[in-house]
Amino acid sequence: MQPSIAIRDLTLAFGAVEVLHDLNLEVGQGEFLVLLGSSGCGKSTLLNCIAGLLDITDGQIFIQGKNVTWEEPSRRGIGMVFQSYALYPQMTVEGNLSFGLKNAGLPRAEIAARVARAARILQIEPLLKRKPAALSGGQRQRVAIGRALVRDVDVFLFDEPLSNLDAKLRADLRVEIKQLHQQLENTMIYVTHDQVEAMTLADRIAIMKGGSIMQLGSPKEIYNRPANRYVAEFIGSPTMNMIEGNLDMQITPSFSAEGMSVPLQTYAFGSDAASGPAVFGIRPEHVEAGEGAEAMPVRLDAAVDLVEPLGSDTLVRARAGDRNLWARMPGQPDLRPRQPLRLGFDPARAHLFRLSDDTRL
Amino acid sequence: MGKLRDPDCNPLQARAETVLTDYAARAQAASGPRGRKPRRRLSGRNIMIYGTLFVVSVYYLLPLWVMVVTSLKGMPEIRLGNIFAPPVEITFEPWVKAWAEACTGLNCDGLSRGFWNSVRITVPSALVSIFIASVNGYALANWRFRGGEAFFTILIFGAFIPYQVMLYPMVILLREAGLYGSLTGLIVVHTVFGMPIVTLLFRNYFTSLPEELFKAARVDGAGFWGIYFRVMLPMSLPIFTVAMIIQITGIWNDFLFGTVFTRPNLYPMTVQLNNIVNSVQGVKEYNVNMAATLLTGLVPLAIYFASGKLFVRGIAAGAVKG
Amino acid sequence: MRAEAAATGRGATSPPPSAAPPRRLLRNLTAKIAAIPMVLTALVVFLGGTVWTVVYSFTSSRMLPRAEFVGLEQYDRLWSTRRWVISIENLAIYGLCSLVFSLVIGFVLAALLDQKIRYENAFRTILLYPFALSFIVTGLVWQWILDPEFGLQSIIRGLGFENFTFDPLYNPDIAIFGILIAGLWQGTGLIMILMLAGLRGIDGEIWKASRVDGIPAWKTYLFIIVPMMRPVFITALVLITSGIVKLYDLVVAQTGGGPGIATEVPAKYVYDYMFGGQNLGQGFAASTMMLLAVAIVVIPWAMLEFGGKRRG
Ligand SMILES: Nc1ncnc2c1ncn2[C@@H]1O[C@H](COP(=O)(O)OP(=O)(O)OP(=O)(O)O)[C@@H](O)[C@H]1O
Ligand SMILES: [Mg+2]
Repeated sequence: MQPSIAIRDLTLAFGAVEVLHDLNLEVGQGEFLVLLGSSGCGKSTLLNCIAGLLDITDGQIFIQGKNVTWEEPSRRGIGMVFQSYALYPQMTVEGNLSFGLKNAGLPRAEIAARVARAARILQIEPLLKRKPAALSGGQRQRVAIGRALVRDVDVFLFDEPLSNLDAKLRADLRVEIKQLHQQLENTMIYVTHDQVEAMTLADRIAIMKGGSIMQLGSPKEIYNRPANRYVAEFIGSPTMNMIEGNLDMQITPSFSAEGMSVPLQTYAFGSDAASGPAVFGIRPEHVEAGEGAEAMPVRLDAAVDLVEPLGSDTLVRARAGDRNLWARMPGQPDLRPRQPLRLGFDPARAHLFRLSDDTRL
Repeated sequence: MGKLRDPDCNPLQARAETVLTDYAARAQAASGPRGRKPRRRLSGRNIMIYGTLFVVSVYYLLPLWVMVVTSLKGMPEIRLGNIFAPPVEITFEPWVKAWAEACTGLNCDGLSRGFWNSVRITVPSALVSIFIASVNGYALANWRFRGGEAFFTILIFGAFIPYQVMLYPMVILLREAGLYGSLTGLIVVHTVFGMPIVTLLFRNYFTSLPEELFKAARVDGAGFWGIYFRVMLPMSLPIFTVAMIIQITGIWNDFLFGTVFTRPNLYPMTVQLNNIVNSVQGVKEYNVNMAATLLTGLVPLAIYFASGKLFVRGIAAGAVKG
Repeated sequence: MRAEAAATGRGATSPPPSAAPPRRLLRNLTAKIAAIPMVLTALVVFLGGTVWTVVYSFTSSRMLPRAEFVGLEQYDRLWSTRRWVISIENLAIYGLCSLVFSLVIGFVLAALLDQKIRYENAFRTILLYPFALSFIVTGLVWQWILDPEFGLQSIIRGLGFENFTFDPLYNPDIAIFGILIAGLWQGTGLIMILMLAGLRGIDGEIWKASRVDGIPAWKTYLFIIVPMMRPVFITALVLITSGIVKLYDLVVAQTGGGPGIATEVPAKYVYDYMFGGQNLGQGFAASTMMLLAVAIVVIPWAMLEFGGKRRG
């Protein structure tokens, strides 16, 4: 099947500053792809290139098999939703939805039908006669989505659509967007720097850094097998525990750092693993503390350093030697600073990265 | 960045190469548009934009050009030729004459008298008005006191009142104070009528400064003047420059107050210029007139070209006031 | 300073019984003394002066102000003076044209400069420099350029159009347009700068949205951007209007009110009657009318501006 969107060797430079480097990406039909990365990594830039809002420096862009590299945004078959909503403030909601269609010369009945459908899907029918100023943030965002919806296109582009909303509303709209995707089954590319949004919405996530894609994969893949140290530290909260040390692949593979040694027979090594300086990573949720630790293959003695109760579970920073390790404990254990604590983990759930170039071993 | 593009450490690229679908292969073979959309430099759009801007620029520059070329021609050339044509024979005589010999009424010592009058008016007026307005702005912004805002509102509305309405009362006030017709009187007038905009400028600026600065200075025991001179002044150089630009150009260009509030021996340059050019006696010497006009415009033009962005900032601030 | 205000407020609500009144007066005494020039200007000159002029416009003052009230007599006389009526007509024509042209030209130029063009700074410098000049200078240059014997008209005739006539400064019917040309030359740059700032203040995503919607640029400007810039247009309108009412120096320099009385304007009428004609009553009445004209524009604007701010 032909991909919905294909990007070939895309390079984009603002003057002398190259923001996207030789980027390749394919998005399948009906796929929900999330572009995730820290601020300034080029997510919006990539999205604008796909939309045709930026003139690319080199490469090609295909949408539904058509080379749209030089095409105007309105003729690429895309709809776009912006962070600031970008609603036309002097027009009613209905005017916002229909302005583009009117301009494209669609028959009146067709316009009315599309607006009605979008309004029904997004449940904004009672708001049609209002102006954007008289809407709440969530309603505005729905109208913005509606403006993409009425275009009746195969590809939706979202640029941080929820980041102007408060936490509660963001969670609600996130669910709505997911439902919308399931209902419409069109391709969506969604830019965010919120990893929860990314994990919950995406079929696949592309993690970006400095204008390149660091890893492209399903949320599970990204979480379970981060391709490099950057991805490993970017995904997950609190961030993964990292310990620098040495990997020894002689006889039985093991990792050793000051005051600890971890046997790695159960770890799924990549093909090019070799002995040498390495970084050992383990997520806090994979570190067992207290009684649970005893059942783990690797155990450590530590002392409680800091406790952050979250209600459903509790984050503990424990001190083992001169190292700090975070652990996530279920429930609300009663812990006091300096109290001794047993930690344990399963090396099979660990992540190893070569120190020299941070890639996964 | 180069490191990241190494295929070893960029799994996506490795992946993309292996997953290349036959579709993509076809697409690459068929190639099609690639890279930057070719744009003709001489597109219709560009011709329209630059063409319009060029024509408009010519219209805007024309008067300056005419002033310069006319002032460098002799009278015979002006009578025969075209006002837009560059001078065939450049002469600086009109400039000399405009500066030192042009007549207004009985005086024939040229515009130099008006120039020096304008300097004598502008420098103290600008300094006094800026000092007073900056203190007012500082008092309003940092020492909020009862009624301050009310007076300030009156002041801002005052900026919209046509000067003609307040002209005569001002004459009476100055006459009562014994200042009518004197340099001091004119300085007072400029200070009074420049106050709304300059006060607004300083008030807004001082309000935008972090409040902690002022509080810290107070805690240290500094008083009104101590804070003004030792904390606020050193931080306000840019805004003082903007105020200087506004006031110097504004006062230099003033005509109305110059005619109403001074006597002929104190006439500022604009008034004298108008009297020279629009005097009915004698033969019209257009080249001298243009040299005189240009001379009068030279000071504000120099300030404008030298200050660039600050000038824009000044008029933007003025525009807010209206 | 917020703390300062709060302190004053507290002092007002629950004053320490004995010491309150003197302390409130003495609080920030230096600041109050330093603000005396502002207070005097606001109260004595702006408020007092205006009231004084309005009051004396109802008197029979001639050479000197005289408190002999004659009701609306000065206004009757004013509106039956041909020169005043022409001044008002001129002001109306000049005002309307200059309003429309400044706004339209200013906006179009700003939109052109906003197209990410090269040499933007150079163009901007050129369009704004006349604003730095005195109206006297502007008036005199345009007097020279529009001189029928040497200026534009003679040059175009020299090109072969023998019958070409463009002598606004000598033809009473169109003389006011000669002043309009000069006025626009000097003032449009400012409007352009204001509009440009307004355009730059518009969210870039609006432009992106309209491109995705496939709306041509001119339509985006007309139906989306211009409505969004309403506050800027209103500020510009207020600015231009208050400038128009003050129109004086330009006329004095360029035409002296001539030919005949073809380019007389109210501000000049005021000056001439107050300081030349020794007829103060007329001058006061005329200047009160000017005040009225400004008030009609400024007061609704201020209510809109400040009323709007209070609402949030
Ligand atoms: N017009 C421009 N000219 C020059 N550099 C630009 C321009 N627009 C963006 N950049 C640069 O390109 C880089 C990527 O910007 P981009 O807006 O794509 O970031 P982003 O990933 O969307 O970040 P955010 O999460 O903050 O929105 C940034 O370093 C930015 O400084
Ligand atoms: Mg962005």
